[in-house]
Amino acid sequence: MSRLSSTDTPVEEEAEVVESDEAREALLAKIQTELGDAVVGSHLSPGDDLWVRVDRSAWAAAGAYLKTGLGFEYFNFLSAIDWKPSPFGRDMDAQVDLSLGHDEASEIDMAIEQGVAGGDTRFQVFARVNDIVNGLGVTLKADVPDDDLSIDSWVTVYAGANWHERECFEMYGISFEGHPGLRHIYLPAGFEGNPLRKDYPLLARRLKPWPGIVDVEQMPGDDDPADAAETTEAAE
Amino acid sequence: MTAISDREQLSYIAAQAADARVNVEIETEGMTLNIGPQHPATHGTLRIVAKLDGEQVIAADPIMGYMHRGYEKLAEVRTYPQVTTLINRIDWVGSFANEVPFILAAEKLMDVEAPPRAAWIRTILFEMSRIANISLFLGDMGLQVGAVTPAFFAFRDREHVLNQIEAATGGRFHPNFDRIGGIKDDLPAGWIAETKRAMKKIRSFCDEIEGLLQGNEIFEARCRGIGVIPADVGLSYGLSGANIRASGVDWDTRRDNPCGLVHNELDWKVWTHPDGDSFARFWVRLQEVRESTRMVDQLCDGLPSGPVMAKVPRIIKVPAGEAYVETENPLGVMGYYVVSKGDLTPYRVKIRSASFNNISITPWLLKGVYVPDIVTILGSLYFILGDIDR
Repeated sequence: MSRLSSTDTPVEEEAEVVESDEAREALLAKIQTELGDAVVGSHLSPGDDLWVRVDRSAWAAAGAYLKTGLGFEYFNFLSAIDWKPSPFGRDMDAQVDLSLGHDEASEIDMAIEQGVAGGDTRFQVFARVNDIVNGLGVTLKADVPDDDLSIDSWVTVYAGANWHERECFEMYGISFEGHPGLRHIYLPAGFEGNPLRKDYPLLARRLKPWPGIVDVEQMPGDDDPADAAETTEAAE
Repeated sequence: MTAISDREQLSYIAAQAADARVNVEIETEGMTLNIGPQHPATHGTLRIVAKLDGEQVIAADPIMGYMHRGYEKLAEVRTYPQVTTLINRIDWVGSFANEVPFILAAEKLMDVEAPPRAAWIRTILFEMSRIANISLFLGDMGLQVGAVTPAFFAFRDREHVLNQIEAATGGRFHPNFDRIGGIKDDLPAGWIAETKRAMKKIRSFCDEIEGLLQGNEIFEARCRGIGVIPADVGLSYGLSGANIRASGVDWDTRRDNPCGLVHNELDWKVWTHPDGDSFARFWVRLQEVRESTRMVDQLCDGLPSGPVMAKVPRIIKVPAGEAYVETENPLGVMGYYVVSKGDLTPYRVKIRSASFNNISITPWLLKGVYVPDIVTILGSLYFILGDIDR
């Protein structure tokens, strides 16, 4: 199993890489040749996985090229990430959970920090497609700017993207241009808000606070004195 | 019983369809039929709004969300070990298999590898949850066409497998047994021998089901040539598991992309069927259960000794990074895209569940079929509502 690094270091700079990954390198080169400047970031984890970040305008073209040009016929999934951390932090956590190593006093870090293959915006759409003949998978990402939360639809390329885009639309409020019926899939039609956005509060926790680990029965043989004392106290 | 040749069967179906088409030509008023939310064929609370022209469906729109529990949101406030409790409930008839890809993704980010014995026991339980899951399908498929006996047989023999899962993990339906770095406990004494006996019973159950359904005139007429999915359509909708293998696509994550599980050390075969119809999906699953019992036997024989947990910190913090791991679960490919920021909880978990993709083909597939076939097609696609709604 190869190690994943969160930074965008090129393959050569990773010290303990033993195998080079010719198949994925060749694939990345082909995508870069075809799409040119539209490829704005990439990350290759040798023997494991490939991430390619494309410009929003090239999203549909990238999907079409992968499907028809490179044989990535299998549509795996499509979703989005909200990179802006939750303004609520972990304020609803039980005290016991906070003692697990969370610094209670530390204020919430609201800095946006994107993951592999980089990024510039709060929202990123990502999708995965597979080439099942050669056993390769690639995760595509695209930045979606805050002032215009929209991106081209993949429905004409991969029919299966239909429902995934509907889910992404209701969960993040990102609209997909050219989608045949962009409407709610899980939530009632009149639902307000986009639940998977980080600034959408998890209401379940506010209604019923999280009990933490105190309700977990101690395992036999697990005789940490601190835990044992806590359990006895709780029992009394 | 005389076997019906494929040719005879197809000509019979064609004749039936032609008859029906004549009837359709007598103008009938369009009608909207609401199937579900509570309907035996929907395995839970899926609703299908079908627009009909006579007996023929002209448009079908599945409506779900009746069971949406928001696991992707909830996972963001649970620590990594707590998440397995949630995801157990995605596909509740093969629940151990749900835990595996998530744990593997976390292990990948942490650069931890489970010791060999843990990986083997994981694979045993993974395959046993497949048997528990798909044996229910085999019985249910008969039920969809009106045969009640297979369902009783399925519940009877599935019990042997559930008992073994319970004996090893303590939970019949929600084991919550997989841990980052290994599994919770070793197997109890005498478990291996008892499991092998259970596998023998499952194999005879498969023979029974085959004898009851395969070649049965009603079953064949209701399933052959119904709900045909061509391979390219299936791929673009992201179908997986037996649904895509029944369309002739020879692709199984267990063989082609084994990560963390030990399927590649076993002698087994990926079954495919060229037809892509309801019968093919049934047939492929039947063979898969047999193959799984053989796998469990081999795994029990070759089980290595050693510890079942790797050295992992008591408080699990997963280093920052992104990982996607998918495994071939009973319902199809299930994957978790885990984004970590080096915290106690995942930053984002995208759950790629098999049934969501599998069922997204229904608007395409149900177009033009007859009302009774909706039931067999949905039954043969085999979905679990928890796996669609998450």
